[in-house]
Formats: sequence, C-alpha cells, structure tokens
Amino acid sequence: MAKTIEEINEKIRKGKAVVLTAEEIIGFAEENGVKKATQEVDVVTTGTFGPMCSSGAYFNIGHTKPRIKIGGGRCYLNDVPVHTGLAAVDFFLGATAMPDDDPRNKVFPGKFSYGGAYVIEELVAGRDVRLTATAYGTDCYPRKSIDTYISLKDMNEAVLFNIRNAYQNYNVAVNLSDRVLYTYMGVLQPRLGNANYCSAGQLSPLLNDPLYKTIGMGTRIFLGGGIGYVVGPGTQHNPGVMRTEQGVPKAPAGTLSVTGDLKMMSPRWLRGTSFTGYGVTLTVGLGVPIPILNEEILRFTMVRDEEIWAQVVDYSEAYPQLIPGSLGEVNYAQLRSGKITVRGKEVPTAGLSSYARAREIAQILKEWIQAGKFFLTEPVERLPSVDSGIVLKPLKERPVKKSR
Amino acid sequence: MQKKRVVFSYPPHLVDQPVISKLVKEFDLEVNIMRAHITPNERGRLVLEITGKKQSLEAGLNAVREMGVEIQPLAQDVRWHEERCTHCTACLSVCRTKALDVKRPEMVMSFTRDRCIACELCIPVCPYQAMEVLF
Repeated sequence: MAKTIEEINEKIRKGKAVVLTAEEIIGFAEENGVKKATQEVDVVTTGTFGPMCSSGAYFNIGHTKPRIKIGGGRCYLNDVPVHTGLAAVDFFLGATAMPDDDPRNKVFPGKFSYGGAYVIEELVAGRDVRLTATAYGTDCYPRKSIDTYISLKDMNEAVLFNIRNAYQNYNVAVNLSDRVLYTYMGVLQPRLGNANYCSAGQLSPLLNDPLYKTIGMGTRIFLGGGIGYVVGPGTQHNPGVMRTEQGVPKAPAGTLSVTGDLKMMSPRWLRGTSFTGYGVTLTVGLGVPIPILNEEILRFTMVRDEEIWAQVVDYSEAYPQLIPGSLGEVNYAQLRSGKITVRGKEVPTAGLSSYARAREIAQILKEWIQAGKFFLTEPVERLPSVDSGIVLKPLKERPVKKSR
Repeated sequence: MQKKRVVFSYPPHLVDQPVISKLVKEFDLEVNIMRAHITPNERGRLVLEITGKKQSLEAGLNAVREMGVEIQPLAQDVRWHEERCTHCTACLSVCRTKALDVKRPEMVMSFTRDRCIACELCIPVCPYQAMEVLF
C-alpha cells in the first residue's frame, strides 16, 4: 500500500519511522524483497560532500549611523569583493570571488588560497571578518566609507543561496595531452596519468531519485550542517541526457538550487576549497531525505555504484573546446576500486567528492529524523524531468555592430 | 644494516663543500638523494635515504653534524593535517609510495609517514591544504 508524506511525518512524530541510508537500503531490500522493504521503510537518506562552485550567500548587515548606501558602491569582506547591486546594506558573496590583488594565474599555476568560500567558512565558524566599503553618498545615505569587523551574529540575515548544487552524476576527467593540466577536476597528469571523478554515487541525492519523483521545490534538506530547502532546479538542470534502463543518467543531468539559514550551519560542512591553477570554490555538504511512498521509489533508492555509469572526458581538448564525445563509460564501483581502463591503459583514479563525508551526512540526517527533529515536506512543484523537453544550450555568439 | 630518511639543512658556507661523498667514502654508506634544493650563498636542503651499518650510520651523521649540517628525521617535515582532510581522495592517484592511502569500502584516508618520500606531489593536488611539507 502506498504511503503519504503526512503518514510518514506522523510516524516521525511518534518516533516510529524506519529510516535507512541510501547505502543500508541496498542490502535491506535485497534481503527482504522490494514489497516488504517498501512497507517497512519510511525514509531513505542520501548525502554528498563535494566542491560546488555556484554557491554563495547573501547578507543584511544592518544600518550604520549615519546611514551608508553600500548598494551601488564597493564592498569587501576580508578583501574579497561582494556584489553590491542591491539595496543599501544587502549584498551577495559568491564562493569563487577572490581578492582584487590575488595574482590569479599570472604565475602559473596559481594557488588561489583565499576567496569567497573561505569567507563563508570563517563566518560560519563564528569568526570576525573585516568589512570595508565605499559609497557615493546621497542625501538619505550620507556616509561614504566604512571599515569594521563583523561576524555572523551581528548580521540581521545571513543566507546560503546556491544556484547549482548536487549534480546528478558527473564526468570522469582525464588528460590525453603531454602536459600537466590544472582544472576544476583537480590536477590531471599527462598521457592518461590519472582519472578524477566527482560524485557520491550510490549515496548521491539525485541518483537515488533519478526521475525526480519526490524531490522538488520546497523539499527540506540537510544543508551545510543545518536545515535548508530546495528552491527548484539548479542552473544547467538537464534531465534529457542518456540514461540506463533503470532511469539513471549516464552523464551530468539534474541539479538543485538550494537555500538555508547560514547562521545554523557549520564549518565542517561548508569548506573553502582551492584548486591549483583553477580557483576558489565551496565544498558543500548536502543531504536529501527520500520518502518511500511506493515500490517504484524504493527501487530507485536501491541503486548501487556498479549501476551508475559516467563518461570519461578528455580535459586537454574535448572539454575546453566544447567538443562532444566520451572516451568510454565506467561505473562508480570501478572508480572507487582505484583504477579504471581507458583506451586499453590502466589509469589510477581519485575522487573529489568525499564518499566518507557523504555517508556521514546520510547518517546525520537519519538520526535527525529518528529523533523527531526533522520532518519531510511535500514539494510544491517537482523538478522538470525527462519529458520536459529541456535542452542545454551553448551560447551562440553574434557579431556586434560597430557603433558610429 | 639500517635505513634512515633524513633532511639535511646546510648553512651557506657548506653549500660548495662535498658532504655526501664524505658519507660514502669515509663511512661506507649508501646515499639515495630524494630531493635537493640548494641555493648558492644561501642554504641547502637535502632529503636523503641513507643505508649502512648502524655504527657507521651514526658516526657518519655525527661527522656531518660536526661540519655544521643540521639533521632531522624526514617524518617531522611532512604533515597530514587530519582535521583539514575531507577524505575526498584527490591525492590518491599521485602518491606513488602509498603513504597516502584509502581504506575501502569506507573510503577513509590515512597517512603513513614512513612511506613518504616528500615528493610534494600531493601539495598542489589537495584542495583543502591538508598536506604540508615544511621545506
């Protein structure tokens, strides 16, 4: 018999909900059968902990006396520029922003040792950061500059808002060229020297709900150690990619846009991250509970690493030049074994997304639900799925007319 | 026979003096230079693996120490900041000696100092600055 989210929440309230992680459900359902497992299990928890560049946070820092209009001016947190195209004391800090005087890749490969993501980590850790701003001054906001320390507790609002997180599957990056490559997929050694992958595989949220039957706008989630919500599909949400018979995408597909109160989060689950030669990013901990409403949903959560396939992509030519094509398919059991075979060559593998931390997130979320501290939500709107007709467009450049 | 991994730090006046040959010729030691970083008129740093009889090893190191070379075990120079490590395993494929290794299927990283040859390949690879070589 099918369950409803309200029924599951009632069981959570009574402390009677049966919760398993996306790892535990595999063995449980194999042992007990799909029918029995669907009746007995109420929630399957997932998790992922990986670098997610399209992350950031917005803040309201409170008004100064006299007032300053930082909006339209310039503002920095620990020398990292924030986006001020908002009202007087609101601004947005992007994870990949970096200090103006960072040498970037001028001495190649750059280190990118500090940036927006590190500011977020420091704020969440409760530390003071230095706020400097200049403004143009108006009759109602006369002040023109400010230089102060500020911490999260001083602010009115501090909200994590990530426009693309939790990629449903990802490329496996290799390097066919003769030189070392410094990429967002890590350092890639020449001539197929290594292969880097980035997914929590069988623990990953969207790989456990591949056709978006339960996850959607309003889904309550674990985010950065606190509680967050799915805003909707993330940017580049691309459900129409090739899939296995079980519906599992074999290439980067769905994404999530998520938000949550930064003040409730922890530096263990929001980490500043530096990719040599590439830039700064934020490593985000994210976990989604999947309500086991019927047998179909349960079957999806039984997905194992060996059933999740990813494309091996050359990052020396194919990726930077936007040339489609794959050097082959490998699954996450192979990737996690330490070596794969590409073009007949044995290639050592390494991850970028922490499986150990993903498992920890699924476990924490499970405990929250068992303790009656976390309830499931009915999504207001589901994510666009394979029938949405969404096609990911490249940018078509058009010649610009010279002005007279 | 004994094997030791050590770091030699040279003061400027020793940079143009033969030191390693002394260990080989006078003390019958086998020296494997794993890393060398020498700047004339400034200082030198060598990472060495030295093999020989226990007594000659000690005597050789003492003689070099008397010349003014600072000696410390390599292990002290390489640090795995476990609290910074997220167990992403990015370093796994570059660590040829398996000093950095993973326990499967949990995918939890560990660092075995004795296996580390201070090649430093893990330094630019770790996105969380969990590896540090004090060189």
